[in-house]
Amino acid sequence: MSVARAEKPKTGSSPVDYAKAPINADLKPEQKLRFLADMLRIRRFEQASLKLYQQGKMGGFLHLYIGQESVAVGTLALMGENDHAITAYRDHGHALVVGMSMNECMAELLGKATGCSKGKGGSMHFFAPDKNFWGGHGIVAGQTPLGLGIAFALKYKGLKGCCLTYLGDGAVNQGVFHESLNIAALWDVPVVFIIENNQYSMGTSLARSSAIKSCLAERATGYDMDWDIVNGENLYEVRAKTWEAMQRAHEKNRPTLLEIDTYRYYGHSVADANAKKYRKPEEIEFYKQNHDPITLWENRLKEEGIADDEVIKKLDDAAKKEAAASVQFAEDSPFPELESIFDDIYYEVDMGTESGQTGRHFFND
Amino acid sequence: MPVITYRQALNDALAEELERDESVFLMGEEVAEYNGAYKITEGLWKRFGDKRVIDTPISEAGFIGLGVGAAMMGLRPVMELMFWSFAYVAYDQIINNAGCVRYMSGGLINCPLVIRGPANGGTNVGATHSHTPENFLANTPGLKVVCPATPADAKGLMKAAIRDNDPVCVMENTLLYGEQGEVPEGDYVIPIGVADIKREGTDVSLIAHGRAVLTALAAAHRLHEEFNISAEVVDLRSIRPLDEETILDSVRKTHRAVLVDENKPFCGVSSQIATMIQEKAFDDLDAPVQRVCSLDAPAIYSPPVEELQLPTPDRVIQKVLAVS
Repeated sequence: MSVARAEKPKTGSSPVDYAKAPINADLKPEQKLRFLADMLRIRRFEQASLKLYQQGKMGGFLHLYIGQESVAVGTLALMGENDHAITAYRDHGHALVVGMSMNECMAELLGKATGCSKGKGGSMHFFAPDKNFWGGHGIVAGQTPLGLGIAFALKYKGLKGCCLTYLGDGAVNQGVFHESLNIAALWDVPVVFIIENNQYSMGTSLARSSAIKSCLAERATGYDMDWDIVNGENLYEVRAKTWEAMQRAHEKNRPTLLEIDTYRYYGHSVADANAKKYRKPEEIEFYKQNHDPITLWENRLKEEGIADDEVIKKLDDAAKKEAAASVQFAEDSPFPELESIFDDIYYEVDMGTESGQTGRHFFND
Repeated sequence: MPVITYRQALNDALAEELERDESVFLMGEEVAEYNGAYKITEGLWKRFGDKRVIDTPISEAGFIGLGVGAAMMGLRPVMELMFWSFAYVAYDQIINNAGCVRYMSGGLINCPLVIRGPANGGTNVGATHSHTPENFLANTPGLKVVCPATPADAKGLMKAAIRDNDPVCVMENTLLYGEQGEVPEGDYVIPIGVADIKREGTDVSLIAHGRAVLTALAAAHRLHEEFNISAEVVDLRSIRPLDEETILDSVRKTHRAVLVDENKPFCGVSSQIATMIQEKAFDDLDAPVQRVCSLDAPAIYSPPVEELQLPTPDRVIQKVLAVS
């Protein structure tokens, strides 16, 4: 399967020119540069975080998004005021694109009090409800019914919006995902499920995990739901097809299942001991050389006369600088106080309401 | 004060909260057109319509997860599990999502979700439908658990649960649905985390929750009639948060405690109560704390035997006599 995928056509050879799609045709040069800047920011942030991990400054897991940047950037930049997003544990890219700062994200990775979750969530659990971003969820497919519920709430409130609900290719085999698909289609819930198919669920290739090997999105036909396959390395295509699904949600409250083909360069997590065993180094190298979404977008911008090497370098330098500053910020930040372990468990306790003061909530000695 | 059933009290609470707050909706299997598998939601779909009272497919993980997502967005979903036993296929949604999302987001999110339904043995439906997971759920910081024993408590705690801004698990009991009792009229809300003395006494404290409160009351009546022993019955009402003071005050008064608990004994709710009493009221005790739990086996089907598997007044009396 991975070999077949590796032979897919390069961007630009698609029969449809998605640059001309309405959602792309009116893009201003600065917006296109912004997409590049955001992809670079994700990559430089994660490379900096990897270094910290390797220095032993981080606990637990670190699931890197590097290689998949065009998916988060291409889709999330489409969000309007009433559009929301939720994803799984490979969440750094989504967090940065919705507007979370590198500082709060890097500090969270180091378990610091200044982190986006005050050091209580870690890498897999970034949240920014003020930016319509609902996590960051650690259990495979666990976020899918939540995304359904967020979209349900939008419809209940009479708001024209949708919930972009991301999952990996491994998540399509979880039962709750299928329950969510069924309910979404049955009740006309404005949710867009986005499978980021990076071809491996941890160390198990798609060929070894899916009964239908050619296409994951096709499973939507079992639920009378629209679906599409997207070439994830082509930012214009990602935007055009995601926007089509979002409009279906906005205008008709109909859900969609999108499968965006992409590729991750690192292991399932940095702690993935077999990262170099279940696929050949040549395969990874092939993707880096031929399908890197950042390189492809840079080439596109050059072709369009929007950017040259100097402009690109400037954006990259800014991303590196921002990442380096976030490392400094995170390292300089304090760890949470032990006492804070009991905050943020019950709303009523935190707020000191009457309900938070009746009875014993915590059972320490 | 009107005398109504536990079922009617729950129905009244749901209707009043649906009426009071547009963000409240009911969802679950058969809650709407069928009027509820146990008729708790009878008439509510007809009165409030499709938007507010919603039948689901048989997809507990899917619709409980939907409820968590909707609650994060500020709605107040009241989700019915036809049996709490079915929560076991929605554990990820209940524990990891409802229970942990506030914490993992550093307090940015709260989840005003109610999950309700019956959680009891004693109806000869076999082990899969007879679970009492209040101990499991109360073991999760972030969740609240209440177990009303009377119609009045059912109404007051249900209304409090719906208004609470944290996820609350309301554990009812099919054997109590037809029980009658006085229920105050009007907006009757019982704070979560406040126990209730259901019978005053001086010689021993019987501490229970849910239907075990009725078992304890029956035992207390016979202890008085047959043995001249004055038993106090403490109804926990809320498992987490827990009204520690009322429990300890009772034990300090009677100097003896027998815990009556339909949980299985291993790490049941009564285990927590027992450890708390020995930590905080050891010097007040005149005898070891005793427990009467469900017999430690999966719920048996055989009707006459299952009746004996649950705590009975006889077993409570035996334990009381052993420490008196």
